Amino acid sequence: MSEQAHATTGTYLRVAAILVMITLIEVGIFYVPTFQTVLVPVLLFLSVVKFTLVVMFYMHLKFDNRFFAFLFGGPLLLGIAVVVSLLFIFYGAVRLRTGT
Amino acid sequence: MTQAHHTSMGLDSRKMAFWAFIGSECLLFGSLISTYLVYKGRSLTGPFPHEILNIPFTSFSTFDLLMSSLAMVLALAAVQRGDMKQGKLWLLVTALLGLVFLGGQFWEFSHFVHEGLGLTTNLFGSTFYVLTGTHGAHVTVGVIWLLTLWVQALRGKLGPANATTVEITGLYWHFVDVVWIVIFTVVYLIQ
Repeated sequence: MSEQAHATTGTYLRVAAILVMITLIEVGIFYVPTFQTVLVPVLLFLSVVKFTLVVMFYMHLKFDNRFFAFLFGGPLLLGIAVVVSLLFIFYGAVRLRTGT
Repeated sequence: MTQAHHTSMGLDSRKMAFWAFIGSECLLFGSLISTYLVYKGRSLTGPFPHEILNIPFTSFSTFDLLMSSLAMVLALAAVQRGDMKQGKLWLLVTALLGLVFLGGQFWEFSHFVHEGLGLTTNLFGSTFYVLTGTHGAHVTVGVIWLLTLWVQALRGKLGPANATTVEITGLYWHFVDVVWIVIFTVVYLIQ
């Protein structure tokens, strides 16, 4: 069997509530000066949580065949690697040029 | 009537192809987000992000898109159980929420242009408009797709037998949503 039972309506509503709460937390900490030092890692973490919830429950990757996860996860990891590599290459070149 | 085609692995070939397409879209948006990040803070002239980005307004757009994803899964669940009345309703709600998002993006772009930020004004303008504009184009395609399905449902040509078609539309719509989740954080909140 390629697919298992999908989530229930109750699960969809709970996931939506969590997504809205996380968004409120994101916007809230954006305005709190105390969080400015840890803003980037916290926001990235919350973004990853939201991304994962949508992919797992709304796109049904948690319940579907694992091959779909491979088809999506492979290019996703490659895309993340491209982003991180380009940032390292670009900012590395800038630091070399400026000697900082 | 849409017929299901299965691969030798027993998977629906359309879903498999669509997941591969979504994978390729990850690379497209990965390259656009990379470009935005690499040129972040390199604009020599304004307007700069902190002067122009409206977080409360964009937070509402984010909420709108998250709710559209909820409406989309409710539409799929309704079509799968054969409740076409609910299916039609939630498909229309999803499309309307998509239109609200697009209206917000149009207002935002108009406001930015009025404030002096054009596509060629500075590096921020170029990378911002290309990234968010490409996302907006995807939302536009999604809204047209959803409205097409809704019209099909009104004509009685959409039912539980076509649930995979609705599911694939949903995959596209949720992908557009997750891309926005990343854009909202990277572009708007991390300035």
